[in-house]
Amino acid sequence: MGKLFGVILAIIALASAYPIVTHMYVQPVDISTHGHAIDEQLADTMAEAGLSFVLAQLLLAFCVWKFSNRKEGAKVYHLRGGARLMVAAAFILVGTEVLALGVLGQKAWAEVYFTAPKPDALQVQAQAGQFAFYFRYPGQDGKFGPLHPDKIDEGNQNYFGLDPANDLESRDDIVTAEMAIPVNREIHLLMHAKDVGHSFYVRELRIQQDFVPGLDLSLHFTATQTGHFEILCTQLCGLGHYNMKAYLNVLSQEDFDKWLKQKASEQ
Amino acid sequence: MEEALKSQDHAHAPAEGFLRKYVFSLDHKVIGKQYYALALAAVFIGMVLSWLMRFHLVWPNAKIPGLELIAKTGAPGGIITPEYYLSLLTMHGTLMVFFVLTNAPFAGFGNYFLPIQIGAEDMAFPRFNMMSFWTTFVAFVVLVTAFFIPDGPPISGWTAYAPLSAIGKDAGPGLGWGQNLWVISIAIFCIGQLLGSLNFIATTLDLRAKGMTLMRMPISTWAWFITSSIGLLAFAVLLPACLLLLLDRMAGTSFFIPSGLVVSDRLQNHAGGSPLLWQHLFWFFGHPEVYIAILPAVGIVSHVLTNSLRKPLLSAKVIIYSMMSIGFLSWMVWGHHMFVSGMNPFSSLLFSFPTLTITIPATIITLIWLGSLYGANIQITTASFFALGFISMFVSGGVSGFFLAQPSIDIYLHATYFVVGHFHMVMGVAAIFAIFSGTYFWFPKMTGRMMNETLGMLHFWITFVGTYCIFMPFHYLGLVGNVRRYASFVDDFMPALMPVHKFITIAALTTGAAQFIFFFNLIHSRFRGKQATANPWRGTSLEWSIPSPPPWNNFGGDHPVVYHDAHQYGVKGSTGDFVMQTSPEQILNE
Repeated sequence: MGKLFGVILAIIALASAYPIVTHMYVQPVDISTHGHAIDEQLADTMAEAGLSFVLAQLLLAFCVWKFSNRKEGAKVYHLRGGARLMVAAAFILVGTEVLALGVLGQKAWAEVYFTAPKPDALQVQAQAGQFAFYFRYPGQDGKFGPLHPDKIDEGNQNYFGLDPANDLESRDDIVTAEMAIPVNREIHLLMHAKDVGHSFYVRELRIQQDFVPGLDLSLHFTATQTGHFEILCTQLCGLGHYNMKAYLNVLSQEDFDKWLKQKASEQ
Repeated sequence: MEEALKSQDHAHAPAEGFLRKYVFSLDHKVIGKQYYALALAAVFIGMVLSWLMRFHLVWPNAKIPGLELIAKTGAPGGIITPEYYLSLLTMHGTLMVFFVLTNAPFAGFGNYFLPIQIGAEDMAFPRFNMMSFWTTFVAFVVLVTAFFIPDGPPISGWTAYAPLSAIGKDAGPGLGWGQNLWVISIAIFCIGQLLGSLNFIATTLDLRAKGMTLMRMPISTWAWFITSSIGLLAFAVLLPACLLLLLDRMAGTSFFIPSGLVVSDRLQNHAGGSPLLWQHLFWFFGHPEVYIAILPAVGIVSHVLTNSLRKPLLSAKVIIYSMMSIGFLSWMVWGHHMFVSGMNPFSSLLFSFPTLTITIPATIITLIWLGSLYGANIQITTASFFALGFISMFVSGGVSGFFLAQPSIDIYLHATYFVVGHFHMVMGVAAIFAIFSGTYFWFPKMTGRMMNETLGMLHFWITFVGTYCIFMPFHYLGLVGNVRRYASFVDDFMPALMPVHKFITIAALTTGAAQFIFFFNLIHSRFRGKQATANPWRGTSLEWSIPSPPPWNNFGGDHPVVYHDAHQYGVKGSTGDFVMQTSPEQILNE
């Protein structure tokens, strides 16, 4: 039975590794300027963690195979080096791995979070509410009008709570249900939640950031390819959570200008 | 020591009458079994909930017969609504984390065996002990009541993130009285755990038998002792957090709710609170909770392995110190659940480093187990197989932690099925393997009868292979970006992943069905099992020095004296290849 355990465990370990090694399930193509660092970090970690996984499982399988139900009274013996060897191995192998990953990971994280957006980045505001995203562009004046939560009125399509009658800056603001951005231009995304917590997840952009009620958060990124992508909510927000999504259209600058103009005329 | 001995004089007389014997018992053994039974009830409900979820995900339009009788609004016509899916998910997580993973390996086995393993007649505070169980029982009843109220169970997940959990019924179904019951239940649960933890600590420090130095205690006792120290601090934070949440919900305070929120078209009358405060408080408890579940499991597995290998582990001391390091580091890592929560990005790096560092003591423990297998004479039993299976799960769940500990990778993998795969393996299934291992190992002591090994092996093989079939593919789904907590996969890229989900569902139903073999074995063996001797596994620790099942006062009024640590296997003793802790004989190679 010990031998069976060894064989089955070895099969499980190798079968588990197979889809990883053959890249059966991988993240979609990266369309951001920072995503490569995250992907590299993921690949490095996969190599180290994957190797640790397979080796440890095979070692376990081998030991159970070899040392199970030996003859009654068979003499037991100890690994030379004992616990000291194990402690040293853990510190050297894992310690190095931890340090390496910790330091490398910092670089990828820093690229996303420790740099300020360029002054000429295009500002887009995103609002998350149960169960839809809305986006706002500042219009020709380049300024967002102030928000008045008490003025939010979905029936009249005032999703953000704008007051154009009194706020000059609000009058040319463009509110949309889908997000469009120009390719190769930095976007400064200003995020706020209307009601409860939500999240902004675009797999292809390698971006995920929670909307936290009461906190104004922001993100900046640059898309490098045009296309049509999904924005998903990944923070449990209520009964319609599974269905809360919007589309992101990455357009050429020309198409983007056209799109924005058209949206402005629809306001 | 003299005083310690005196204080061991039994705190209560033998119980008389059904109520005192089996219901409101002061006997730690009965209380241990009560915790275990409660965990069994909870795991059964939790498992059924997971079946319903898995079923709904892959056959969303299939009717589930009988379900509408329990959930009239949640599953009209037997078809689960999206909100009821979230109710199932919330209740599954809450039942499993609190009432199974905390109750069985820690409160259940700990109550039964900690006093015996240190040579005590009972816990230090038997009345506290009884109170801790019945408090936990009330918490369970309050939680399960949520299924039967018109509002339905809460839908905010076991993490109950504010303000979704704080605002009230405006935020959605189940968030009125359903959520109230959840918060009240968890607050009561905390009280039970605080009483229990205090008791474990006092008992370990004060009631050890003569000669039972701290380092002579079995690793399992150490694990319960360390865990109770963690529990005392962790539940002491969750309790006030729950009270604050309850105040936000019922008294109009705003600890977790900021101003200007418009929910269901209504501007909420709150101001000044912080949703992140809830996350900090919750995870300050929540991460140590992972170790509350897994350290007793490490202890049980080490205890079973030492016996099954017929030789001591390479170093029990190193395992104990590693468990302490894990316990210590567990307080510095809670923020790794919050990398994308909007907290200061610099703190993410601060939380990432200790998280990665925890891998070192965890790896030391794993390598000690693996190194100890070398040269052993592994006794093949269901208990030892579940212990070995635990090592495999612990490794599988551990390595995926490498990914999630790094904030940069977490940006992509956060809230995907990768996370679901990770915590189910390392915390859920691993701990459950330890519970199984402990059950097959200690059942003879607890009932006086052996469990059926053939059924046990069948149970092990289906569970072992099935578990991998369920939880390994979760990682693959996560790599593609499949989001968790979705009642249905309406996004463009997800239908392509449906075959993987179907595979998982079929594996989950099969593996779940195999658990009935265990239930049957448990009940059948309790009444029809082969009679067990006092020491069927040729063990060294004190529980094997007394009859199976033990008398009401454990040692029959004697005060055991301990001469060795619990790891004297592979030696030449008068009894064979082991020397019991209570045997005064000299051990040549000690």
